[in-house]
Amino acid sequence: MSLESLAWMAWTPQTAIFFGFIALSLVILTLLAIYRPETPRKGILGFPTTRGDRFFVSLLGSAFICILWLRLGGGELWYALAICIPFAIVMFRFA
Amino acid sequence: MKKTINNRAWFLIAPVVIVVLFSALLPVMTVVNYSVQDAMAENHFFWNGDTWFRDLLDPSTEIGARFSGALERNLIFSFVILLIEVPLGIALSLALPRRGWAVGPSLVLIALPMLIPWNVVGTMWQIFARADIGLFGAALNGLGLNYNDTQDPVSAWFTILVIDVWHWTPLVILLSYAGLRAIPDAFYQAARIDAASRWAVFLKIELPKLQRVLVLAILLRFMQSFMIYTEPFVVTGGGPGNATTFLSIDLVKIALGQVDLGSAAAMSLVYYLITISLCWIFFTAMSQLDMLKEA
Repeated sequence: MSLESLAWMAWTPQTAIFFGFIALSLVILTLLAIYRPETPRKGILGFPTTRGDRFFVSLLGSAFICILWLRLGGGELWYALAICIPFAIVMFRFA
Repeated sequence: MKKTINNRAWFLIAPVVIVVLFSALLPVMTVVNYSVQDAMAENHFFWNGDTWFRDLLDPSTEIGARFSGALERNLIFSFVILLIEVPLGIALSLALPRRGWAVGPSLVLIALPMLIPWNVVGTMWQIFARADIGLFGAALNGLGLNYNDTQDPVSAWFTILVIDVWHWTPLVILLSYAGLRAIPDAFYQAARIDAASRWAVFLKIELPKLQRVLVLAILLRFMQSFMIYTEPFVVTGGGPGNATTFLSIDLVKIALGQVDLGSAAAMSLVYYLITISLCWIFFTAMSQLDMLKEA
Protein backbone atom coordinates (compact mmCIF):
# COMPACT_ATOMS: atom_id res chain seq x y z
CA MET A 1 0.00 0.00 0.00
CA SER A 2 1.52 3.28 -1.07
CA LEU A 3 1.22 6.56 0.77
CA GLU A 4 -0.86 7.91 -2.12
CA SER A 5 -3.71 5.57 -1.22
CA LEU A 6 -3.87 7.19 2.20
CA ALA A 7 -4.19 10.70 0.78
CA TRP A 8 -7.94 10.79 1.46
CA MET A 9 -7.23 10.56 5.19
CA ALA A 10 -5.34 13.88 5.05
CA TRP A 11 -2.67 12.87 7.55
CA THR A 12 -0.49 15.46 9.25
CA PRO A 13 2.72 14.71 11.14
CA GLN A 14 1.10 16.00 14.35
CA THR A 15 -1.95 13.73 14.19
CA ALA A 16 0.25 10.82 13.08
CA ILE A 17 2.39 11.28 16.20
CA PHE A 18 -0.76 11.50 18.33
CA PHE A 19 -2.23 8.24 17.02
CA GLY A 20 1.20 6.63 16.98
CA PHE A 21 1.50 7.42 20.69
CA ILE A 22 -1.90 5.86 21.40
CA ALA A 23 -1.12 2.77 19.30
CA LEU A 24 2.23 2.35 21.01
CA SER A 25 0.62 2.73 24.45
CA LEU A 26 -1.91 0.05 23.55
CA VAL A 27 0.84 -2.31 22.43
CA ILE A 28 2.75 -1.70 25.66
CA LEU A 29 -0.41 -2.24 27.72
CA THR A 30 -1.09 -5.47 25.84
CA LEU A 31 2.44 -6.76 26.47
CA LEU A 32 2.19 -5.76 30.15
CA ALA A 33 -1.14 -7.55 30.46
CA ILE A 34 0.50 -10.73 29.12
CA TYR A 35 3.82 -10.65 30.94
CA ARG A 36 2.89 -8.70 34.09
CA PRO A 37 -0.73 -9.65 34.85
CA GLU A 38 -2.42 -7.49 37.46
CA THR A 39 -5.41 -7.39 39.76
CA PRO A 40 -7.71 -4.37 39.65
CA ARG A 41 -7.11 -2.00 42.55
CA LYS A 42 -9.24 0.63 44.21
CA GLY A 43 -7.90 4.17 44.39
CA ILE A 44 -9.02 7.77 44.44
CA LEU A 45 -11.71 7.12 41.83
CA GLY A 46 -13.55 4.90 44.31
CA PHE A 47 -13.91 1.85 42.08
CA PRO A 48 -11.46 -0.85 41.03
CA THR A 49 -9.39 0.07 37.98
CA THR A 50 -6.90 -1.78 35.81
CA ARG A 51 -4.06 -0.21 33.84
CA GLY A 52 -6.34 0.00 30.82
CA ASP A 53 -8.99 1.86 32.82
CA ARG A 54 -6.41 4.29 34.11
CA PHE A 55 -5.09 4.85 30.59
CA PHE A 56 -8.61 5.49 29.32
CA VAL A 57 -9.39 7.90 32.18
CA SER A 58 -6.10 9.70 31.54
CA LEU A 59 -6.90 10.16 27.85
CA LEU A 60 -10.49 11.21 28.47
CA GLY A 61 -9.51 13.59 31.26
CA SER A 62 -6.73 15.08 29.14
CA ALA A 63 -9.19 15.72 26.32
CA PHE A 64 -11.46 17.59 28.74
CA ILE A 65 -8.52 19.55 30.16
CA CYS A 66 -7.62 20.67 26.63
CA ILE A 67 -11.23 21.56 25.84
CA LEU A 68 -11.58 23.58 29.04
CA TRP A 69 -8.27 25.26 28.29
CA LEU A 70 -9.52 26.37 24.87
CA ARG A 71 -12.94 27.24 26.23
CA LEU A 72 -11.43 29.54 28.86
CA GLY A 73 -9.35 31.21 26.15
CA GLY A 74 -6.00 29.90 27.33
CA GLY A 75 -2.84 30.30 25.28
CA GLU A 76 -0.95 27.61 23.39
CA LEU A 77 -2.18 24.05 23.89
CA TRP A 78 1.31 23.08 25.07
CA TYR A 79 0.41 24.59 28.46
CA ALA A 80 -2.70 22.41 28.58
CA LEU A 81 -0.49 19.42 27.80
CA ALA A 82 1.68 20.45 30.75
CA ILE A 83 -1.42 19.98 32.93
CA CYS A 84 -2.44 16.73 31.21
CA ILE A 85 0.84 14.90 31.85
CA PRO A 86 0.81 15.35 35.66
CA PHE A 87 -2.88 14.44 35.56
CA ALA A 88 -2.09 11.18 33.74
CA ILE A 89 0.74 10.41 36.20
CA VAL A 90 -1.62 10.97 39.15
CA MET A 91 -4.22 8.73 37.51
CA PHE A 92 -1.72 5.91 36.92
CA ARG A 93 -0.25 6.21 40.40
CA PHE A 94 -3.32 6.77 42.58
CA ALA A 95 -6.46 5.80 40.62
CA MET B 1 -5.58 -12.51 47.60
CA LYS B 2 -7.42 -12.38 44.34
CA LYS B 3 -5.93 -14.20 41.36
CA THR B 4 -4.71 -12.09 38.49
CA ILE B 5 -7.04 -12.01 35.54
CA ASN B 6 -5.88 -13.81 32.43
CA ASN B 7 -6.69 -11.38 29.65
CA ARG B 8 -5.54 -13.61 26.79
CA ALA B 9 -9.12 -14.31 25.76
CA TRP B 10 -9.32 -10.73 24.51
CA PHE B 11 -7.29 -11.85 21.47
CA LEU B 12 -10.41 -13.74 20.37
CA ILE B 13 -12.08 -10.43 19.54
CA ALA B 14 -9.31 -9.57 17.05
CA PRO B 15 -11.61 -10.16 14.02
CA VAL B 16 -14.12 -7.64 15.42
CA VAL B 17 -11.33 -5.17 16.04
CA ILE B 18 -10.29 -5.44 12.40
CA VAL B 19 -13.85 -4.80 11.22
CA VAL B 20 -14.17 -1.85 13.62
CA LEU B 21 -10.83 -0.55 12.35
CA PHE B 22 -12.37 -0.02 8.93
CA SER B 23 -15.88 0.95 10.00
CA ALA B 24 -14.96 3.30 12.85
CA LEU B 25 -11.31 3.83 13.66
CA LEU B 26 -10.06 4.92 10.23
CA PRO B 27 -13.00 7.33 9.81
CA VAL B 28 -12.41 8.76 13.31
CA MET B 29 -8.73 9.24 12.52
CA THR B 30 -9.69 11.04 9.32
CA VAL B 31 -12.05 13.30 11.27
CA VAL B 32 -9.21 14.11 13.69
CA ASN B 33 -6.99 14.93 10.71
CA TYR B 34 -9.67 17.17 9.20
CA SER B 35 -10.20 18.97 12.51
CA VAL B 36 -6.71 20.49 12.50
CA GLN B 37 -6.62 21.49 8.83
CA ASP B 38 -8.40 23.71 6.37
CA ALA B 39 -9.61 21.69 3.40
CA MET B 40 -9.53 23.25 -0.02
CA ALA B 41 -10.75 21.72 -3.27
CA GLU B 42 -8.97 18.71 -4.80
CA ASN B 43 -7.71 17.36 -1.49
CA HIS B 44 -5.47 20.33 -0.64
CA PHE B 45 -5.08 20.75 3.09
CA PHE B 46 -3.52 23.52 5.12
CA TRP B 47 -2.47 23.26 8.75
CA ASN B 48 -4.88 25.17 10.94
CA GLY B 49 -3.83 24.14 14.44
CA ASP B 50 -6.46 24.42 17.15
CA THR B 51 -8.37 27.28 15.47
CA TRP B 52 -11.47 25.21 14.64
CA PHE B 53 -11.70 24.05 18.24
CA ARG B 54 -11.10 27.56 19.58
CA ASP B 55 -13.91 28.99 17.45
CA LEU B 56 -16.21 26.10 18.24
CA LEU B 57 -15.79 26.41 22.00
CA ASP B 58 -16.13 30.20 22.05
CA PRO B 59 -19.86 31.05 22.19
CA SER B 60 -19.20 34.58 20.88
CA THR B 61 -18.34 33.23 17.41
CA GLU B 62 -21.05 32.21 14.96
CA ILE B 63 -20.11 28.53 15.01
CA GLY B 64 -19.61 28.57 18.78
CA ALA B 65 -23.10 29.97 19.34
CA ARG B 66 -24.58 27.33 17.04
CA PHE B 67 -22.68 24.58 18.84
CA SER B 68 -23.61 25.62 22.36
CA GLY B 69 -27.23 26.12 21.31
CA ALA B 70 -27.45 22.70 19.68
CA LEU B 71 -25.65 21.01 22.58
CA GLU B 72 -28.08 22.60 25.02
CA ARG B 73 -31.05 21.39 22.96
CA ASN B 74 -29.55 17.89 22.81
CA LEU B 75 -29.05 17.71 26.57
CA ILE B 76 -32.53 19.06 27.30
CA PHE B 77 -34.02 16.61 24.80
CA SER B 78 -32.24 13.56 26.26
CA PHE B 79 -33.09 14.66 29.80
CA VAL B 80 -36.79 15.14 29.05
CA ILE B 81 -36.90 11.85 27.13
CA LEU B 82 -35.44 9.94 30.08
CA LEU B 83 -37.73 11.78 32.50
CA ILE B 84 -40.81 10.73 30.52
CA GLU B 85 -39.90 7.32 29.15
CA VAL B 86 -38.38 5.64 32.19
CA PRO B 87 -41.24 6.27 34.67
CA LEU B 88 -43.83 5.69 31.94
CA GLY B 89 -42.14 2.46 30.88
CA ILE B 90 -42.04 1.16 34.46
CA ALA B 91 -45.68 2.12 35.05
CA LEU B 92 -46.85 0.41 31.86
CA SER B 93 -44.78 -2.71 32.52
CA LEU B 94 -46.45 -2.98 35.94
CA ALA B 95 -49.83 -2.70 34.28
CA LEU B 96 -49.16 -5.48 31.75
CA PRO B 97 -50.75 -8.87 32.41
CA ARG B 98 -48.35 -11.29 34.09
CA ARG B 99 -49.93 -14.57 33.00
CA GLY B 100 -52.64 -15.92 30.78
CA TRP B 101 -53.42 -15.61 27.10
CA ALA B 102 -53.14 -11.80 27.09
CA VAL B 103 -49.35 -11.74 27.69
CA GLY B 104 -48.30 -12.59 24.12
CA PRO B 105 -50.65 -10.24 22.23
CA SER B 106 -50.00 -7.30 24.55
CA LEU B 107 -46.21 -7.69 24.32
CA VAL B 108 -46.37 -7.88 20.52
CA LEU B 109 -48.62 -4.82 20.35
CA ILE B 110 -46.29 -2.89 22.67
CA ALA B 111 -43.21 -3.87 20.65
CA LEU B 112 -44.66 -2.89 17.27
CA PRO B 113 -43.44 0.74 17.14
CA MET B 114 -39.85 -0.39 17.69
CA LEU B 115 -39.95 -2.43 14.47
CA ILE B 116 -40.56 0.65 12.35
CA PRO B 117 -37.39 2.22 10.92
CA TRP B 118 -36.59 5.80 11.88
CA ASN B 119 -37.17 7.35 8.47
CA VAL B 120 -40.54 5.63 8.15
CA VAL B 121 -41.46 6.89 11.62
CA GLY B 122 -40.47 10.39 10.49
CA THR B 123 -42.52 10.23 7.31
CA MET B 124 -45.53 8.78 9.13
CA TRP B 125 -45.49 11.55 11.69
CA GLN B 126 -44.82 14.22 9.12
CA ILE B 127 -48.19 13.42 7.61
CA PHE B 128 -49.87 12.49 10.90
CA ALA B 129 -48.87 15.82 12.49
CA ARG B 130 -49.87 18.07 9.60
CA ALA B 131 -52.16 20.82 10.80
CA ASP B 132 -54.39 20.66 7.71
CA ILE B 133 -54.83 16.97 6.84
CA GLY B 134 -52.99 15.01 9.54
CA LEU B 135 -55.15 13.23 12.12
CA PHE B 136 -52.93 14.29 15.04
CA GLY B 137 -52.38 17.91 13.97
CA ALA B 138 -55.91 18.50 12.73
CA ALA B 139 -57.40 16.95 15.87
CA LEU B 140 -55.29 19.18 18.14
CA ASN B 141 -56.34 22.22 16.14
CA GLY B 142 -59.95 21.03 16.28
CA LEU B 143 -59.67 21.02 20.06
CA GLY B 144 -58.84 24.71 19.85
CA LEU B 145 -55.08 24.35 20.38
CA ASN B 146 -52.85 26.39 18.14
CA TYR B 147 -50.73 23.54 16.82
CA ASN B 148 -48.39 23.75 13.85
CA ASP B 149 -45.20 21.73 13.97
CA THR B 150 -43.50 23.59 11.12
CA GLN B 151 -44.12 27.12 12.38
CA ASP B 152 -44.37 27.01 16.15
CA PRO B 153 -41.28 25.94 18.18
CA VAL B 154 -43.38 24.56 21.06
CA SER B 155 -45.43 22.41 18.67
CA ALA B 156 -42.24 21.23 16.97
CA TRP B 157 -40.65 20.17 20.26
CA PHE B 158 -43.89 18.58 21.40
CA THR B 159 -44.08 16.57 18.17
CA ILE B 160 -40.47 15.35 18.35
CA LEU B 161 -40.90 14.37 21.99
CA VAL B 162 -44.18 12.54 21.32
CA ILE B 163 -42.58 10.69 18.40
CA ASP B 164 -39.69 9.51 20.53
CA VAL B 165 -41.91 8.55 23.44
CA TRP B 166 -44.18 6.60 21.12
CA HIS B 167 -41.26 4.96 19.32
CA TRP B 168 -39.01 4.03 22.25
CA THR B 169 -41.00 3.75 25.47
CA PRO B 170 -41.71 0.13 24.39
CA LEU B 171 -38.02 -0.62 24.86
CA VAL B 172 -38.18 0.52 28.49
CA ILE B 173 -41.43 -1.39 28.96
CA LEU B 174 -39.99 -4.65 27.61
CA LEU B 175 -36.77 -4.36 29.62
CA SER B 176 -38.57 -3.54 32.82
CA TYR B 177 -41.21 -6.24 32.18
CA ALA B 178 -38.43 -8.80 31.80
CA GLY B 179 -36.89 -7.52 35.03
CA LEU B 180 -40.21 -7.83 36.84
CA ARG B 181 -40.79 -11.38 35.61
CA ALA B 182 -37.38 -12.38 36.99
CA ILE B 183 -38.38 -11.54 40.59
CA PRO B 184 -39.10 -14.83 42.40
CA ASP B 185 -42.61 -15.27 43.81
CA ALA B 186 -41.18 -15.75 47.30
CA PHE B 187 -40.56 -12.00 47.57
CA TYR B 188 -44.23 -11.24 46.91
CA GLN B 189 -45.35 -13.95 49.32
CA ALA B 190 -43.15 -12.49 52.05
CA ALA B 191 -44.62 -9.07 51.32
CA ARG B 192 -48.15 -10.50 51.63
CA ILE B 193 -47.30 -12.07 54.98
CA ASP B 194 -46.04 -8.68 56.18
CA ALA B 195 -49.21 -7.07 54.79
CA ALA B 196 -47.05 -4.67 52.77
CA SER B 197 -48.89 -2.06 50.74
CA ARG B 198 -48.69 -2.07 46.94
CA TRP B 199 -46.51 1.04 47.11
CA ALA B 200 -44.14 -0.61 49.61
CA VAL B 201 -43.87 -3.69 47.36
CA PHE B 202 -42.90 -1.42 44.49
CA LEU B 203 -40.34 0.60 46.47
CA LYS B 204 -38.77 -2.23 48.47
CA ILE B 205 -38.94 -5.19 46.09
CA GLU B 206 -39.62 -4.24 42.50
CA LEU B 207 -37.57 -1.07 42.10
CA PRO B 208 -34.35 -2.47 43.65
CA LYS B 209 -34.67 -5.62 41.54
CA LEU B 210 -35.17 -3.50 38.44
CA GLN B 211 -32.00 -1.50 39.06
CA ARG B 212 -29.86 -3.34 36.52
CA VAL B 213 -32.33 -3.34 33.65
CA LEU B 214 -33.12 0.30 34.35
CA VAL B 215 -29.47 1.33 34.10
CA LEU B 216 -29.37 -0.52 30.79
CA ALA B 217 -32.59 1.15 29.65
CA ILE B 218 -31.30 4.59 30.63
CA LEU B 219 -28.00 3.94 28.84
CA LEU B 220 -29.72 2.82 25.63
CA ARG B 221 -32.31 5.59 25.71
CA PHE B 222 -29.66 8.20 26.44
CA MET B 223 -27.40 7.08 23.59
CA GLN B 224 -30.20 6.94 21.07
CA SER B 225 -31.83 10.20 22.09
CA PHE B 226 -28.50 12.01 22.19
CA MET B 227 -27.78 11.08 18.58
CA ILE B 228 -31.31 11.94 17.39
CA TYR B 229 -31.27 12.87 13.73
CA THR B 230 -33.88 11.31 11.51
CA GLU B 231 -37.10 12.40 13.21
CA PRO B 232 -36.35 16.14 13.35
CA PHE B 233 -34.68 15.95 9.94
CA VAL B 234 -37.80 14.51 8.32
CA VAL B 235 -40.53 16.14 10.40
CA THR B 236 -39.28 19.65 11.19
CA GLY B 237 -36.04 19.92 9.21
CA GLY B 238 -34.43 21.37 12.34
CA GLY B 239 -36.89 24.25 12.40
CA PRO B 240 -38.77 26.42 12.87
CA GLY B 241 -35.69 28.64 12.87
CA ASN B 242 -33.27 26.42 14.70
CA ALA B 243 -35.67 25.32 17.44
CA THR B 244 -35.12 21.60 16.79
CA THR B 245 -31.61 21.81 15.32
CA PHE B 246 -29.84 19.15 17.34
CA LEU B 247 -26.10 18.50 17.15
CA SER B 248 -26.35 15.83 14.48
CA ILE B 249 -28.57 18.01 12.30
CA ASP B 250 -26.26 20.99 12.64
CA LEU B 251 -23.27 18.77 11.90
CA VAL B 252 -24.75 17.62 8.62
CA LYS B 253 -25.62 21.22 7.73
CA ILE B 254 -22.04 22.37 8.41
CA ALA B 255 -20.28 19.39 6.83
CA LEU B 256 -22.46 18.71 3.79
CA GLY B 257 -24.37 21.97 3.42
CA GLN B 258 -21.59 24.49 3.93
CA VAL B 259 -18.72 22.03 3.30
CA ASP B 260 -16.92 23.45 6.36
CA LEU B 261 -15.10 20.18 6.98
CA GLY B 262 -12.75 21.55 9.65
CA SER B 263 -15.51 23.06 11.78
CA ALA B 264 -17.69 19.99 11.36
CA ALA B 265 -14.81 17.69 12.29
CA ALA B 266 -14.03 19.69 15.45
CA MET B 267 -17.71 19.71 16.36
CA SER B 268 -18.16 15.99 15.87
CA LEU B 269 -15.08 15.26 17.98
CA VAL B 270 -16.39 17.28 20.92
CA TYR B 271 -19.82 15.65 20.43
CA TYR B 272 -18.11 12.24 20.39
CA LEU B 273 -16.15 13.05 23.52
CA ILE B 274 -19.30 13.98 25.43
CA THR B 275 -21.07 10.82 24.27
CA ILE B 276 -18.16 8.53 25.06
CA SER B 277 -17.70 10.04 28.55
CA LEU B 278 -21.36 9.71 29.47
CA CYS B 279 -21.47 6.13 28.15
CA TRP B 280 -18.33 5.30 30.08
CA ILE B 281 -19.88 6.67 33.28
CA PHE B 282 -23.05 4.61 32.70
CA PHE B 283 -21.02 1.52 31.86
CA THR B 284 -18.80 1.88 34.93
CA ALA B 285 -21.83 2.40 37.15
CA MET B 286 -23.44 -0.69 35.66
CA SER B 287 -20.42 -2.96 36.08
CA GLN B 288 -19.88 -1.66 39.63
CA LEU B 289 -23.47 -2.60 40.49
CA ASP B 290 -22.75 -6.09 39.17
CA MET B 291 -19.65 -6.40 41.29
CA LEU B 292 -21.47 -5.23 44.40
CA LYS B 293 -24.05 -7.96 43.72
CA GLU B 294 -21.32 -10.61 43.47
CA ALA B 295 -19.53 -9.48 46.61
